[in-house]
Amino acid sequence: MQKVQLFITCLTEQFYPGVLKKMVGILEKLDVEPVFPENQTCCGQPFFNSGFQSEARKMASAWLKTFGRSDLPVVSPSGSCVDMVHHHYPELFSAGSAEHTLAVDLAGRTFELTDFLVNQLKVVDVGASYPHKVTYHASCHQLRGLGLKSEPKQLLRAVRGLELVDLPEEDVCCGFGGVFSVVYPEVSRSMMENKVKNIQRSGAEAVVACDAGCLMNIGGGLNKAGSPIKALHIIDILAEKGGDR
Amino acid sequence: MSETPSYIEFAEYSEHVPTNIPAAVQQATARFLGNRQLRIGEMPQWEELRQAASDIRLHTLLNLDSYLEKLEQQVTQAGGTVHWAEDAEAARQIVLGLARQHNVKTAVKVKSMATEEINLNHAFEQAGIEAIETDLGEFIIQLAGMGPSHIIVPAVHMKKEEIAQLFQEKLGVDAPPDPIKLTAIARTALREKFLNAEMGISGANFLVAETGTLVIVTNEGNGRMCTTLPDLHVAVVGIDKVVPDWESLTVLLKLLARSATGQKITTYTSFMTGPRRQEGESGPKEFHLVMLDNGRSKILQDPVGRDVLKCIRCGCCLNVCPVYKNVGGYAYGWFISGPIGAIFSPQVLGTEAARELPFASSLCGACVDVCPVKIPITQILLHLRRRVVEGDSIAPASAAPMVRSGAKLGALAFGVPWLYKLGTQLLPVLMAPLAKAGWIKALPAPANRWTRVRPFPAFAGGFRQWWHRRKK
Repeated sequence: MQKVQLFITCLTEQFYPGVLKKMVGILEKLDVEPVFPENQTCCGQPFFNSGFQSEARKMASAWLKTFGRSDLPVVSPSGSCVDMVHHHYPELFSAGSAEHTLAVDLAGRTFELTDFLVNQLKVVDVGASYPHKVTYHASCHQLRGLGLKSEPKQLLRAVRGLELVDLPEEDVCCGFGGVFSVVYPEVSRSMMENKVKNIQRSGAEAVVACDAGCLMNIGGGLNKAGSPIKALHIIDILAEKGGDR
Repeated sequence: MSETPSYIEFAEYSEHVPTNIPAAVQQATARFLGNRQLRIGEMPQWEELRQAASDIRLHTLLNLDSYLEKLEQQVTQAGGTVHWAEDAEAARQIVLGLARQHNVKTAVKVKSMATEEINLNHAFEQAGIEAIETDLGEFIIQLAGMGPSHIIVPAVHMKKEEIAQLFQEKLGVDAPPDPIKLTAIARTALREKFLNAEMGISGANFLVAETGTLVIVTNEGNGRMCTTLPDLHVAVVGIDKVVPDWESLTVLLKLLARSATGQKITTYTSFMTGPRRQEGESGPKEFHLVMLDNGRSKILQDPVGRDVLKCIRCGCCLNVCPVYKNVGGYAYGWFISGPIGAIFSPQVLGTEAARELPFASSLCGACVDVCPVKIPITQILLHLRRRVVEGDSIAPASAAPMVRSGAKLGALAFGVPWLYKLGTQLLPVLMAPLAKAGWIKALPAPANRWTRVRPFPAFAGGFRQWWHRRKK
């Protein structure tokens, strides 16, 4: 049986543990055995993106140590954390150093979940059923960082009963941006409200994203607007077994 | 007017954006982006062109000294005079000196970002010489006493009703909010100026080194008027605007209009090589080229930051930027705004004066995808954030000590696994009194900067315990 290391990411662990439990379920159902490296904390992205490169480098070192103990691929429910590992870890260490070599190695075997399912396991139908109208928000790092444009949609289209409707401006940032959301809250607010408006316009019952950060922001925005529309992680839907509408 | 700011208050401005700005900006930029999309659809080789343009620009920057020498030779040979200005003040003095020398009372100007950068209009005003902007958008913002809020559409933030009111107030004419009629009013006001001006001032979109040719693209024809009618033509151009040859120029011209307005080509593309050779030819009697450094050679020394100088000022990064579209150009505090301004201004004004700008981005990367010369904007933003926080050989760190201590604390909490795990267990319990139905409505400062916009999700945790129970 294939094994993978779970990279659960700090935001998902703190706020969406249900998503992680469901991810374990989905992987096991597809005959993939997850292992969980216990020493993982945060990939260092918030530090890196705020300019604290020395701190980010320390966290990257720790992450590489934690996941470098095994040769297994790494799977994660967050596009932006995987983007950090893919594109910024190798930059943090000088070429030729042992850590740089390890960073490049791990960047090559760390996958965002939808990428892992569609491109590694070659699975688009995970046997889920969710008879509702759903729209998809393309998270910035998932889309532009990792280039995962169609993978989440392929998975959603294979869900029984699910009707995927277009989100106007689906690839425009929701205004989260990590520290950006608290450094410039009013700008973040305008961007978030624009996203919420578009979600409401789509007519969907739920909006799906592949990143905890976007979900905190969009979910909070929908809550504040008093909207019944749910903000869900794609894993929430891929684990659904709902009956017919 | 674009006075050189001593500190850029992006945060302060972004809290009080006039509500009409995002609406006006979004309407105009959506039109440009729609047209751009159509043009790219017609160009299967678009990505190859972008790569070629990026290579040309970088090659030029890395060999800038030799291309500038070549340019000076060619301009001089064509009968022009080249001046070198180390900073804005030097450039202003050169242009003012030429104006005084020629007894200029009125100068007409082509839209130029370089003259905005050196705040030339103000210097002329102080010297008692009239300098009139002849690009419609620039004409409008000059009347309003403002600087440009967009690279190619300086008055993008204004609706036609506001412009009509401005014309009524400043020109004393009856102005209906009708674009065609407003343009006619401006045209009438400008015609007289064109005919009487003793001096034409322009910038340049490009300078072709191999022939010493100045290239200006406009949609209004005012560029040609300003540079041929008066006997004296002075161009102020950043040293980064040079291109090696005409072959390189064709690549860049293909990308410029398509990226900017979504046009295949601008209505006018003017090529000017020196002054007129003989009476009867069109063109000025004298041509002066003021090459502006103003921090650019300093930028060139930074191997990450220097890519900002590849910019061909199409403004497309502004058009796609969700931050720019919600705050408008004035939030960026200087003549250049949007993502390109956020990476240009800190490198010229310093990471102290412009330290807020590198953070004025959600790092969404939309700008990087459209940039016709492939400037790695997010990478440079991150680089500048690091310079603000950690300092470097050019400037010490300028981030507040509190922010630094906060980050150190955070790094400790995340850096020690047992501490992190303890926090994961404690937070749901400690924060429980604040949470209701999965959301925390209000958090104390500084986290209220999140909750004043939307609630914060309740801390949940519990995955590790679940994992262990399950494995038993």
